[in-house]
Amino acid sequence: MTMPTPDPERSRTRIVVAKPGLDGHDRGAKVIARSLRDAGFEVIYTGLHQTPEQIVRTAIQEDAAIIGLSILSGAHMHLFTEVLRLLKENDADGIGVFGGGIIPAPDITTLSEMGVAKIFTPGASTRDVIAWVDDFVASTNQP
Amino acid sequence: MQQSNASALASAALGGDDRALGRLISLVESDPGALLQVSPQLAASAQRAHTIGVTGSPGVGKSTLIAELLREFRGEQRRVAVVAVDPSSPFSGGALLGDRIRMQAHVLDRDVFIRSMSNRGHLGGLASRTPDVIDLLSRAGFDVVIVETVGIGQAEVEIANYADTVVLVSTADSGDSVQVAKAGVLEIGDVFVVNKSDRPGSGVIAADLREMLSLGSHADGFDPQVLELSAQSHEGVTELISELARHRAWLSSTGEIGRLRVRRAETRLRSVLAELALTRADLLDDGAAVPRAAAQIAEGSLDVREAARTILDRTTEPPRDR
Repeated sequence: MTMPTPDPERSRTRIVVAKPGLDGHDRGAKVIARSLRDAGFEVIYTGLHQTPEQIVRTAIQEDAAIIGLSILSGAHMHLFTEVLRLLKENDADGIGVFGGGIIPAPDITTLSEMGVAKIFTPGASTRDVIAWVDDFVASTNQP
Repeated sequence: MQQSNASALASAALGGDDRALGRLISLVESDPGALLQVSPQLAASAQRAHTIGVTGSPGVGKSTLIAELLREFRGEQRRVAVVAVDPSSPFSGGALLGDRIRMQAHVLDRDVFIRSMSNRGHLGGLASRTPDVIDLLSRAGFDVVIVETVGIGQAEVEIANYADTVVLVSTADSGDSVQVAKAGVLEIGDVFVVNKSDRPGSGVIAADLREMLSLGSHADGFDPQVLELSAQSHEGVTELISELARHRAWLSSTGEIGRLRVRRAETRLRSVLAELALTRADLLDDGAAVPRAAAQIAEGSLDVREAARTILDRTTEPPRDR
């Protein structure tokens, strides 16, 4: 068996995966976290019941390039708004925010207008997520 | 990164800017040469933190214990940094870092800084970046720097190379008295913790450890204690705090702290030497030298030691005029 070579760009890319709010179903978040790890990224998983403040502070301490939020509770508008606001307040709005979960199409539009970089609906594959992360990192690396 | 940028980052980080500190740590992780650029600023900031290494098998409760230590240290108004190190996959190069989950209650505390690290590339011959990050944090205004690592293989012994005080955590469940008796581990532990002391068999593990410790002597003459505690219920944690302070005081009063720092510097030097040798070997003949030698070794036409010597000699040859 030949040893696959880690991708240095991916292993330098740090992604915080978080479950904000009261929602207790973390299987989706864990699937994403593990698939990102298997693709070669460095994933920091914060666990359940995180407040937007906790998530943003974590991303700052960890110098994350991207935050991924998994929200199944319906509180996505409030939670994304808060995370974006706190990132800006802390001069950290270069950190990309993406998310997944149960989010209706009109809300997805509003969220993108607010600055959420990408929302994945339940049909999205882990391959889609990985491809998007690669593109996002490439676009932020361009001078 | 530009000299001026790295310096500006270091000034901000030393001044308490978390974002700058986070970015400085990333810089040091990816480019340890960057430390050289900012070392005058860091050297001006004395290395005053007590570095505590916490190691043990997965599942013994290290993260929970560290969260309890954080509570105590914060009660004493001490500023604490935590570095949680987890292995990265040697295949994908990726890592899933989840130790901070159990410490998240402290994440909003302005006097606590938690950072997760993988041992990125370490198995592939790169020097571990952990000592560089520890050094940086111990000069960045923290009173205590706690390093959490998983005790697999030689990792327990490694942590002794960059921590002032090494805490070895085990439980009755993990059959650890046998693990702990492995070569080197008993000698390098400064405090032995049997966690989840409510579990049956904890007393036996603790007794086993005490007996093994009484038979040998600690590498530097200290007398380590075995503490039974339950991190989850906070039972026994204050005794651990006292024991950590006792060891730190012993290091100072005996002058051992000075000897420790020299040994640590030598270990770091040796690991950087190894990394440099490998990097230079990999550059020889535009990267062809090492694979070519490997093929010859595999077919039996070249001895491995001779190949290594030749490559090493070539990397230190002065450059020829073209």
